[in-house]
Amino acid sequence: MSFELRGITKTFGSLVANDSIDLKVEAGEILAILGENGAGKSTLMNIAYGLLQADSGTILVDGKEISINEPSDALAAGIGMVHQHFMLIPVFTVAENIILGHERTGRAGTLKLEDARAAIKKVSEEFGFDVDPDAIVEELPVGVQQRVEIIKALIYNAKVLILDEPTAVLTPQETDDLLRIMKDLKAKGTAIIFITHKLREVKIAADRISIIRRGKVVGSAQPSASQEELASLMVGREVTLAPDKTAHTIGDVILSVKDIVIKDHTGRDIVSDISFDVCAGEVLAIAGVQGNGQTEVARALINLEDHIVGSMKLDGVEINGFSVHKSLDEGIAFIPESRELDGLISSFSIAENLVLDVHTQAPYAKGISLSPSQIRAEAEKRIIEFDIRTQSVSDPVSSLSGGNKQKVVLARELSRPVKLLIASQPTRGLDVGSIEFVHERILAERDAGRAVLLFSTELDEVMALADRIAVMYRGKILAIVNSDVTRDQLGLLMAGVVSAGAKSA
Amino acid sequence: MNSLRKLGTKLSQVAALPFLSFLLAFFISGILIAVSDSRVLKLAGHPWQMIKMAGTVIGNAYLALFQGSIFDINLTHGHSFFQGFYPLSETIVTATPLILTGLSVALAFQSGLFNIGAQGQFVFGAIGASYIGFHYSLPPVLHLLISLAGGALLASIWGGFVGLLKAKTGAHEVIVTIMMNYIAGYFILWILKTKAFLRPGRIDPMAPEVGTNARLPHLAGADLRIHAGIFVALLAALFVWWLLTRTTMGFKFRSVGANASAAKTAGISIAYVTTATMALCGALAGLGGAVHVLGSEYAMTADIAGSFGFDAITVALLGRAKPVGTVFAALLFGALRTGGRTMQSNTETPLDIVLVIQALIVLFIAAPALVRYVFRIKNLKTSASITSKGWNG
Repeated sequence: MSFELRGITKTFGSLVANDSIDLKVEAGEILAILGENGAGKSTLMNIAYGLLQADSGTILVDGKEISINEPSDALAAGIGMVHQHFMLIPVFTVAENIILGHERTGRAGTLKLEDARAAIKKVSEEFGFDVDPDAIVEELPVGVQQRVEIIKALIYNAKVLILDEPTAVLTPQETDDLLRIMKDLKAKGTAIIFITHKLREVKIAADRISIIRRGKVVGSAQPSASQEELASLMVGREVTLAPDKTAHTIGDVILSVKDIVIKDHTGRDIVSDISFDVCAGEVLAIAGVQGNGQTEVARALINLEDHIVGSMKLDGVEINGFSVHKSLDEGIAFIPESRELDGLISSFSIAENLVLDVHTQAPYAKGISLSPSQIRAEAEKRIIEFDIRTQSVSDPVSSLSGGNKQKVVLARELSRPVKLLIASQPTRGLDVGSIEFVHERILAERDAGRAVLLFSTELDEVMALADRIAVMYRGKILAIVNSDVTRDQLGLLMAGVVSAGAKSA
Repeated sequence: MNSLRKLGTKLSQVAALPFLSFLLAFFISGILIAVSDSRVLKLAGHPWQMIKMAGTVIGNAYLALFQGSIFDINLTHGHSFFQGFYPLSETIVTATPLILTGLSVALAFQSGLFNIGAQGQFVFGAIGASYIGFHYSLPPVLHLLISLAGGALLASIWGGFVGLLKAKTGAHEVIVTIMMNYIAGYFILWILKTKAFLRPGRIDPMAPEVGTNARLPHLAGADLRIHAGIFVALLAALFVWWLLTRTTMGFKFRSVGANASAAKTAGISIAYVTTATMALCGALAGLGGAVHVLGSEYAMTADIAGSFGFDAITVALLGRAKPVGTVFAALLFGALRTGGRTMQSNTETPLDIVLVIQALIVLFIAAPALVRYVFRIKNLKTSASITSKGWNG
């Protein structure tokens, strides 16, 4: 069967999210849709799945026009979707999740799960999924949860499968598994629409690539195209994917962490036995799959966590037990994992956000009184220096794009004298252009002789920036290796496997 | 010119929702007034006459409301024209403490706190000001200033304690302030029966009148009750505006109120903000109590606080937790309250209608979707976040 979108247009207020987009995917084909965040990929797919309605345009299945007003219409037409954030009920079993919305009951209103169990087993065997129908969903690894979503789509006869950023939550190994599964599905005749902004995966999996920029299809490419070519199409200008990393001299130890244990409020260890040093002019990357304790370690270093045991020395000064304010004052720049939640106050202006942690210092304040004119004047300089695209520094920071928001955080943190930069997932959710900018700034800090501690779940980012790499797994540092480690070795470490090949540094 | 137009647009955006809510509330209350009137109901068989009668009844009620709150020509007979503004003076006298308690609640909203405790803080402000006012004998001006400051300080300790409790133990300020309102309510009952507060030779719970030096001066002669407290209230509004927009402390307050998590990450101490905010809220509501005693009551009674502390919540919500908005909202509520009494005595429309109007205004402000639906307006600026904040902290 073929699935086609013709002339899809969707506007939100004055924003044109989709501008007469045409797409077509045939049975047994993987079409990758490549585009930056905010390019309109998700809007388009939500229209295809009936979660949104297009202003104009038609959807065709096998050349026949159909109307999709809600997800059930899409399912009936054989269109399935796996969302970036899974639509599963964590405390239900796999089988219960699969029959959700299609419950069949016995005489006294009891659920009939046998059919579902059998169907799950059948699909599992066919594609080598290895999913237990009676497992509780929240106890399954993320990669398996995703397979549950795929099974759900297949059981309801999806001939077209839309995967929305499916690899964002997976480990490198799980990603490889998913790409293999996609190829199997393709071989069995499923049409797949694969939405992503990760170039490597596109090249491995896709048969054809459509590139969307600012709501329009700006071109198509073959998987044989180089990553640079694809990135340029996506951004609309030349980009350098691997930042220039120059040789440099490593200085004295700036941050020395010894035997850190962080407990949660119940007294259980969240992380334990964390020890590492970061030197001036060095990037130490802490790699690992999301949720292995990196977040807590990053927060602990500026004393945002309670119950920290162990020693954290910044340039010889023990900072464990300091207030957050004092930790920052000791010379730490902190880029939090979630810029929306922890990095910025969205209702505040750009200028105000640029002084969040220095608003009591000259020239922004004299005594207790704030100097709005000075704050604005300094902000004007920052938006030029950091290329923050805005009409006015008085605009609320919420009016900015993700990349520009992150630039505001960077501009704030890097505009005061610091010894150590802690960057936690600094490019999460950013477009290629912004990622390039952030990477350049981070390396510039390293070259200027500052110690940099980078927390990242992105393998490419870690490989591109790090001088040394520490891998965290289940609250512990599994190994610290040099940057000449291979992708596969790093992937295995992130999955908790200490292989003989990875040598400690 | 351009900036003036900008200001106009902004003003109309900000004021649109309260104004439309106001309109709707009066419309619905008008229907209530009509259907609860026996003269209208008697004409049930004659629709046209019934509508005419309903119009008369509603018109009379709202005219009385106006006469009771702003200006009444009847009062000028045999007196100066000025006397016609007696109702306006009463409105301002009622609004003055409301502005201060309203500011107290509004400031808390700005820091992400829900101060239900203005009532108790008001009581302690009244106790402090009353005691200094009648117990000591000091020179003019100084006596007044010390009485005001004493009331504010006592209430600030009372309010600050809530903040400290939240900062140190995480106790939710909503629960704590509600409970502390009870304590304050019974405390004043008790203290009025102690020797220190009983008038010589009397046993009824009423404090002695404050000394003349401690009283806020009248602004328009002895016939009108309007007193200098309104300037205290307006100065306080100016102070809150300055604090929030022009000081580092206010910046911290707003940061924590808008996004506590980001504020904490930037090194702002939540404990400090919580404690300082509640202490200042206490001082503001306490000043309300002090002004009420020193400006219009002179002798403190057990129900000195009336419902000033509770209406303050509504006032702050109506004023969108902004100082200027709070002043206007308090004046409106002052007018409704004083005008409501005249409405009741002149037209037999029950005073409760005023409560209905107040409640409806707040209901519509809290549910902007409703107003948007009724008036078919798409982009109505709302501030629902203010009303929903404070409960989840």
